[in-house]
Amino acid sequence: MRPTNRLRLSLQQKRDIGGYVFVLPFTIGFVLFFLYPFIQSIMFSLSEVKLVQGGFELVYKGLDNYSYVFLKHGTFVRDLVETVLATLKSVPLILVFSFFAACLLNQKFRGRGVARAIFFLPVIMSAGAVLQLEQVNYMMELAMAQAAGGTAGVGEILVPFMQSLRLPKFFIDYILYAIAEVAGVIRASGIQILIFLAGLQSVPASLYEAADVEGATGWERFWMITFPLVSPLILTNMVYTVIDSFTGSTNTVLTLVRTTILTGAGFGASAAMAWVYFATIGAMLAVMMAIVSKRVFYQR
Amino acid sequence: MADRDTSIRPIARTVTQRLRLARVWRWLIHVGMLAIVAGVSYIILLPLLTKVSASWMTEGDLYDAAVRWIPRSPTVENYQTVWRLMNYPRALVNSLGLALCASALQVAACTLTAYGLARFNFRGKGLLFTLVIFTLMVPPQVLMTPLYLNFRYFNMLGILRKPINLVNTPYPLLFMSLTGTGLRNGLFIYILRQFFRGLPTELEEAAYVDGAGLFRTFYAIMLRQVTPALVVTFLFAFVWQWNESFYTSLLMPQLELMPNALLSIAARYAESQKLASATVGPATVTPLMLSILDGAGMVLYVVPLLVLFALMQRHFVESVERTGLVG
Repeated sequence: MRPTNRLRLSLQQKRDIGGYVFVLPFTIGFVLFFLYPFIQSIMFSLSEVKLVQGGFELVYKGLDNYSYVFLKHGTFVRDLVETVLATLKSVPLILVFSFFAACLLNQKFRGRGVARAIFFLPVIMSAGAVLQLEQVNYMMELAMAQAAGGTAGVGEILVPFMQSLRLPKFFIDYILYAIAEVAGVIRASGIQILIFLAGLQSVPASLYEAADVEGATGWERFWMITFPLVSPLILTNMVYTVIDSFTGSTNTVLTLVRTTILTGAGFGASAAMAWVYFATIGAMLAVMMAIVSKRVFYQR
Repeated sequence: MADRDTSIRPIARTVTQRLRLARVWRWLIHVGMLAIVAGVSYIILLPLLTKVSASWMTEGDLYDAAVRWIPRSPTVENYQTVWRLMNYPRALVNSLGLALCASALQVAACTLTAYGLARFNFRGKGLLFTLVIFTLMVPPQVLMTPLYLNFRYFNMLGILRKPINLVNTPYPLLFMSLTGTGLRNGLFIYILRQFFRGLPTELEEAAYVDGAGLFRTFYAIMLRQVTPALVVTFLFAFVWQWNESFYTSLLMPQLELMPNALLSIAARYAESQKLASATVGPATVTPLMLSILDGAGMVLYVVPLLVLFALMQRHFVESVERTGLVG
């Protein structure tokens, strides 16, 4: 009796244990290389970190680091606000552009494969060290200024037109900003285009056929079928874009976090900055998700 | 009857007219679309083209207003200089090896985790998955200082009496890869989990009935089914690892790796010029010369990636839908 009993008991247990074994490496890594430093980082931000012989020790200082960062540090608050504003401005542009580009790349035309490859290139090329270097590269600035020169002309033509339409000033400013930032937006859209493209391809063809039978126009097909079905991905892409722009290597606040260690203020202040920054991102993401997720259409 | 006869004709005419108009309209849209695609492609390729063309020029060519894309006196000198300054062959081999190892380990760890999360129902599964997603949201800079100090004075959580210095060794990166906590590994876990979830349970059940154990089922049956997803995650892991300059400059600043080599061109060039000026005479480093060299360096830096991309383009671009990232 015993063996069968053991076998029956252990079938579910065996599977459970198997599951734990599979996730074990990650769990260890999570505790060692994420959770532990994560908690340490909170402690650092509340302390002064002193390097001593063969290690480091913490001296509790309460909220001193935070008050330093907010009240005494010269540029942190300004940089933070600027980063948040820049992100708020660029996220809608990136979303609109990547959606548009995905629709384009979903059409049939000659050279589509090549075009898809090119649109994806920035993911590979303008990242990390290359991007960091391009920021300070004199020649790149010249080339980009040349490219922007062409688009600035477009802006100049557009301004009187938009003014004659009596569009609000902030809107005109935003359009001009969009034109000036075209290159940056395009280069930040690679992954988002890919995700939207995958979404477009997963819209069932039967829906379009039904719409054709009903005599829907292309415009109606887009707004009644394509857009609602792809809209959950707007949320995905928004979260991705926000995280991407906030964790990018050329971000001014993050550079500040890194350089603060080297200046007198030290590890504690750097950790405090990182935490203020992280809290800001978290709050922003929460607000954006709350707004967008209500307007997104889910099939199920 | 006669009435109807006459009334049909104009309608027929307008229908053919409309069809013709529709054709013209469609053609116009097509041309407009191609124009937009070409324009965007131009903006994307412009930085690369600028660098490639300038990297063959002498400094004089750049000052010459008549020279735009094609150098008047093409030279390979820039590449020779950068090749030497970057210690290119060494950096290339090191970076290739490290990126290959790290991404292989990352894919292995992420696959195991993803499988565990997708196909088992143990307690705490939901929490663990939430934590995976959470790791993606935290910028690495939050963890930067403690990670650096922990690896600088590495004592295995107090086990080792005397801490060892792991900074400037590849071990921190390899440890983190081995445990699926490297760069954007949460994303890989998410992608692979989606993919595993899409497989029918009958596959596993059949394997169990045939007497395969949990792990045999995993590597002999299930792993075969997700090969495309494995390829994609490996490619992404490799590219991101190659480009990664944050952990590299934090944990391995002294190693001869591509990001370090690329970012130090300016400093190394200035130093070499200083050495030269001690013997030959005063020499100045112009920003233009530096940007030519940086440009040549960037070309050398992205060439391996471009080769990889050219070979695997289909996998990169066309497999996202198959990885189940969507839906």
